[in-house]
Amino acid sequence: MTATVLSPETPRLHVPVSSEQVLKLTRYQLREYLRSRRFVALLAIVLAVGAILTAIVAHFRGGIVTTNLAFYGSLWGGGVAIPIVLSAVFFGGDAIAGEFQNKTGYFLMGLPVRRATVYVGKFIAAYLASAAMVLLFLAILLANGAYYFGSAALPWQLALSLLLSLLYLAAVLGATFLFSSLFKTSAYGFVLTAILFLFGFSLLQDVLVDLAKVEPWMIISYASSTIGGVFGSNINWGLFGVKTVSTMMVGRISVTTVSWTAGIGEGIVIMIAYLVITALAGLVLFEREEFN
Amino acid sequence: MAPPSIETTDLTKTFGSFTALESLSLSISGTKCVGFLGPNGAGKTTTLKLLTDMIFPTRGGCSINGYSVQTDRKKALADAGVLIETPEIYPSLTPNEALEMVADLRGVPPAERRPRIRTVLSEVKMLDWADQKVGRMSKGMKQRINIAAALVHDPAVLLLDEPSTGLDPRGMAEVRSIVRDLKKSQRLIFMSSHILSEVTDVCDEVALVNHGKLLFYDTLENVTSRFSDGHSSVDVSLARPLDGGVVPPSIAALPGVLSVNALDTKRLRIRFSGGAAGQEKLLETLVGLKIGVIGMADSESALEEVYLSQISRGD
Repeated sequence: MTATVLSPETPRLHVPVSSEQVLKLTRYQLREYLRSRRFVALLAIVLAVGAILTAIVAHFRGGIVTTNLAFYGSLWGGGVAIPIVLSAVFFGGDAIAGEFQNKTGYFLMGLPVRRATVYVGKFIAAYLASAAMVLLFLAILLANGAYYFGSAALPWQLALSLLLSLLYLAAVLGATFLFSSLFKTSAYGFVLTAILFLFGFSLLQDVLVDLAKVEPWMIISYASSTIGGVFGSNINWGLFGVKTVSTMMVGRISVTTVSWTAGIGEGIVIMIAYLVITALAGLVLFEREEFN
Repeated sequence: MAPPSIETTDLTKTFGSFTALESLSLSISGTKCVGFLGPNGAGKTTTLKLLTDMIFPTRGGCSINGYSVQTDRKKALADAGVLIETPEIYPSLTPNEALEMVADLRGVPPAERRPRIRTVLSEVKMLDWADQKVGRMSKGMKQRINIAAALVHDPAVLLLDEPSTGLDPRGMAEVRSIVRDLKKSQRLIFMSSHILSEVTDVCDEVALVNHGKLLFYDTLENVTSRFSDGHSSVDVSLARPLDGGVVPPSIAALPGVLSVNALDTKRLRIRFSGGAAGQEKLLETLVGLKIGVIGMADSESALEEVYLSQISRGD
């Protein structure tokens, strides 16, 4: 057989540019999420969490429902992490690993689409599906708030907290996509994200503060504390955390405790850093991963 | 317009200390069907994955239609239809939706999508299932949709990795029939397989790999004649069983005939010399013997003999 040297010819079809393909992939992936069982399961979980919180508020009315600021501070500030982490795990845990494990990647990778396009399209779709869950959780709380406080104006802190929550969601998803790219088995990504974001980072934060006596600025759970922190009386807007040392007597023993309050600016920087570093690291891994 | 092409240059892939593919240099152009043969683990799927950028070469590179797969993936795959292993389609999608997604991402104009999807679903006989969820379908049905997905943009190049693998005999026959039909429309089909009858049936040229090395690439005719000392084999079908099931000695005595074997009571395999002219003469003589000859076809065993001799030489 003779070797024929061929010059490239313009392809017959105009393959959409990558940004167009990102939007198209986002649309199809979102459709896949919305039809999935996991979406229904997560919907049920968020509704159940909302129902439990509604019951708790109804039961301990006096303690929680003093002002609408305290109400949203307790319930939104303290509870939104649950739908954020769960939806990130549900939608992002197997976003990349699943392409290898379930062999759906073989369907996508034969198309004239860059891997980065697939990654970004999936990320946006997972973000939108997760954000829908966060907004559902907010809707439940708003319904409760309307019941207890009537037409009283919503505290502006709630809007800021919502924005911080949506940023935190992006950061958690970044990490989830990193873990999903790291493993070819979906379960590892699910478990690692859930453990780290539900317990691991908080535990690590406590260890750093209590034992190492340092500001845990490198821990994302510290940054996410700003979501509830904005409802406090003294908001730290800065880029640095505030250290609080308190001493109390336990019997005859004097116990000194140290705590750190993250600044809003600091929290935003940490969350953006997590998002950028983990999402890019995940992308680099996905770009290098082979379909074996 | 330049003919469709596939080219690999010094294409090498190692996994740790294992060399899956070694210095494969292959240049294929024009509209034809090329069978990529080799035993399991020979490097067939590795080659196809390298050609689609699913894995990355350790050395060398490859191109489709003149575009490097490694540096210009989008253009290289723009006019190629791909079926590697048995891909899974997102289970909640219907064939219509899955193909819509593929067509959309490939840039098939919106006005052409629906009729095009309908055509390819019809070609793979899945039109009746167009709106059912893929997740509920059998492996064979999914494979047909995968073939439809590879065809939806009417590509000039088709890369098929053992397309009938895992299918039942009927499914295999249908896939073979689909590939045969695809040959009629001007395309370059590069199809890996270890089913020799499939290759004999649908391919014009064959490339054989073993242990990651290319053993030969040539037309089917040249391969069988080159490696069989100029001898050919044909299978002869008879309308009625042989008398007593015994091959008439007169056939073995015919000029040019080297051997005759009864495959069953109504089929003979005859090995002969003399090429096409010898075959013509043989057919004439056999008809003259009035033993009920109703058909003569190139023996599937010709390629099998070449295959086995070349593979065993490499082992």
